[in-house]
Amino acid sequence: MTAYGLLIDYEYCSGCQSCEVACKEEHKIPVGQWGIRILDDGPWECTDGKFNWNKIPTPTRLCDLCAERTAKGKQPSCVHHCLTGCMQYGTVEELAKELEEKPNQVLFVPKPYQY
Amino acid sequence: MKIFKGQGTADLGKPWRFEEDGLTVTRGCAWSPPGCHPTGCGIKTYVNAEGELVKIEGDENHPITNGRLCVRCLTIRDYVYNPDRVLYPMKRAREDRGKNKWERITWDEAYDTIAEKVAYYKENYGAESILVMGGTGREGGPMLPAYAHACLGTPNACYTQSGYSCYIPRVAGTTYVMGATYPEMDYAGGLPGRYDDPMFKLPELIVFWGKEPLPSNGDGLFGHAAIDMMRRGSKLMSIDPRVNWVSTRADWHLRLRPGTDAALGMAMLNVIISEKLYDEEFVTKWCYGFEQLAERVATMPVEKAAEICDLKAEDIVEAARVYAAAKPAQIAWGLAIDQKSNGVQAGHCIMALEAITGNIDVPGGQLIGDVNDGLELGFGWNNLGPELQSKILGIKEYPAYVALVLNAQCDMVLDALEAGDDAQYYPFKMGVFEDTNFLAGTCAAQPKRWHDAMVKNLEWCFGIDVWMTPTIQATCEIFLPLSTTVEHDTVVYTHYGASPIMAGAVNKAITVGDCKGDCEIMYELGMRCMPINFEKYKDYYDFLADYRLAYKKTFEELREEVVHQKTEMCGYKKYETGRLRPDGQPGFNTPTGRVELYSTMFRQFGEDPLPYYMEPQLSPVSTPEEFEKYPFVLTTGARTYCYFHSEGKQIPYLREMNPDPLIEINPADALKLGVADGQWVEAESPFGKCVLKAKVSQIVKPGVVHAQHGFWFPEKDAEEPSLYEVWRSNINELIPHFMVGKLGFGAPFKCLICSIKPIAENYDTDMMEVWDRFGKLVI
Repeated sequence: MTAYGLLIDYEYCSGCQSCEVACKEEHKIPVGQWGIRILDDGPWECTDGKFNWNKIPTPTRLCDLCAERTAKGKQPSCVHHCLTGCMQYGTVEELAKELEEKPNQVLFVPKPYQY
Repeated sequence: MKIFKGQGTADLGKPWRFEEDGLTVTRGCAWSPPGCHPTGCGIKTYVNAEGELVKIEGDENHPITNGRLCVRCLTIRDYVYNPDRVLYPMKRAREDRGKNKWERITWDEAYDTIAEKVAYYKENYGAESILVMGGTGREGGPMLPAYAHACLGTPNACYTQSGYSCYIPRVAGTTYVMGATYPEMDYAGGLPGRYDDPMFKLPELIVFWGKEPLPSNGDGLFGHAAIDMMRRGSKLMSIDPRVNWVSTRADWHLRLRPGTDAALGMAMLNVIISEKLYDEEFVTKWCYGFEQLAERVATMPVEKAAEICDLKAEDIVEAARVYAAAKPAQIAWGLAIDQKSNGVQAGHCIMALEAITGNIDVPGGQLIGDVNDGLELGFGWNNLGPELQSKILGIKEYPAYVALVLNAQCDMVLDALEAGDDAQYYPFKMGVFEDTNFLAGTCAAQPKRWHDAMVKNLEWCFGIDVWMTPTIQATCEIFLPLSTTVEHDTVVYTHYGASPIMAGAVNKAITVGDCKGDCEIMYELGMRCMPINFEKYKDYYDFLADYRLAYKKTFEELREEVVHQKTEMCGYKKYETGRLRPDGQPGFNTPTGRVELYSTMFRQFGEDPLPYYMEPQLSPVSTPEEFEKYPFVLTTGARTYCYFHSEGKQIPYLREMNPDPLIEINPADALKLGVADGQWVEAESPFGKCVLKAKVSQIVKPGVVHAQHGFWFPEKDAEEPSLYEVWRSNINELIPHFMVGKLGFGAPFKCLICSIKPIAENYDTDMMEVWDRFGKLVI
């Protein structure tokens, strides 16, 4: 079976949180819970005086990659609404190629899980 | 056209209204409420057979936003169906001010009562006794003068923020120096091919100066356009005391001391002029007063500026050289310029930088508007007649302010309100609040003083809003409920019309309660109070076509087009083609026909015609003794994605992003004071105090703190004296009244001093309380 994923270019994620809220609206997720969440690392100052600040949208155990939407040819809600356009949805094979072409990206292959 | 790889494509090419899975989908542009600047982002509203809004999505057909949407529009459904929203007109007796004793009435009763009161105050005290106060961003914001002059017939419109410290100081500076409304960074918004359009040139450098447009979309600029350009190769420079996300992606970041922008601007000009890095041809042909400017900025050598601004001299030199060498370069200059009494001079420096480097009205530089594509300012003004016009408050004292925006000088208004019947010229008796919640730490300094004066001395008031706000709860006898952006037909014009980008149709998709839009209320109320201005229109849509579209097209035409990019208005170097002056002559619309580096208009108003630096009124340098008691430099009001000023506090998904009012403090300072991250602290200035939650972060330098604005707590007690606990975390209580520049502009909202004291109390928001109250019912 073909695996699908989310490719996140965290060099450009501005932390607008549209992905978080678009997901909550799409899936009716209450406050205190998330389908995707931005992990926020920074700002902290490096020795050269520049600041590290990366925001990384991270799918949670609730993310089903918007199965209903993608079945209709739509983008997952987070990807569709991302203000910087730093997210892509696709097959792992396609996204892996994109990953090779540009650094500072991360590929997630989420699937809801139970333990 | 794809702007980014993940862009949605499923609905590309769909008409303005279509069906999908049993739902009716309406495409439109969003503008207010919820409050926002006129960016007009593309939305699709999905409505079921019962007429209920099911969901909102971004419209991928929109040429600028391409389906992208921020959290404030993503949550429109939670806003529309929020249990706290007011859906019908209401009234209350004056003795019940501050109490929740509202009673539902009809629009007819509301309009009749208002018209009766307007007539009463005009007859007994003169029309000037009616004071119309407005807010920002929402559609009603820029309609403020029209509400006063055209709709009710008083000269006294008032944006209440001390020194009109928002946008207008920049606009005034531009008007006087450049004869245009506002030089905006060019992001190819009006060009059909956008960034790939053959007319456009990608900027080599984007400078963010006192501006963070990503969360704010300031003045209608879609902030994330900067990311689109950055991804295509533009480099960034950030001039900002704070670290923000953009500054971490900038090659140059000048973290200046808050309030010292004019010194930095002068020093950069001095480098560019003394090293002859300027565009000689543009300076010779199109600038006035270059020699005088050169002489003046020579008084600000980089070493001096470095000391004033707390920067390294070599960083200032490098920034000046980089900016001068980049072709084209653009500066996005922000609200921080407005929020200091030396701001007009800082803005003058920025415009001089843009001009002498030849970046004015060139592709990828600073775009200025065609003279034939202006704002609607002035509607109803002429029909007031000369006597009433001469009574607008502050026309003698602050003509550069009052005559330009046709607003009463707001600091003088507070003085008059407090004086009541003893006011210098005349008393204010009736108050109107249209789209403003200025008691909630937004657009007013010293809001408690405003509150006390208005409650005591305004005899009768009405307010227009979506929500019961602390402002209306404290003051009004009638409440008129506003419809949201998906419930009415109107037009959004980006950049308040100052840049030739687009006009968008705000398309009605649903009806909720008995609410009306700002334009509709103005039209209907105007028909009763000032028919002279409205009876020429055959209906609301005729009014809209004139007021918003200058009869260039009808609303019905725009509705189907959804977005009209103003391609016909696009064009560069308009100073060569006569499209900047009403007389059609080449040049700029200034007395000299040139960009006035030496401003003849400033001189005429009694102001220094050249830029100069002035210390903030309270600072470590100007008031060292006070600074010992208040040892932090205070800056306020940075933008967040979740809120538009005071709006959004009762939308659970938004509140969750920023539940409590934060004050950023450097870890070194927090250690010294014994403040833990997340602990509540008391911030105090010589003018007032409030409590805020500490965010310990390197976002601010040691010695500087930044506080959020616009907080009130709609889940708390609505009645006086609580008023939704509006005074508890109200940062504007710390901002002084009437400490403004010579022209009446600019107050120190972003350059003050304060002390910080850790406290034991905890005021953390209970998000489950917010969810139970405002969220559960909607979902």
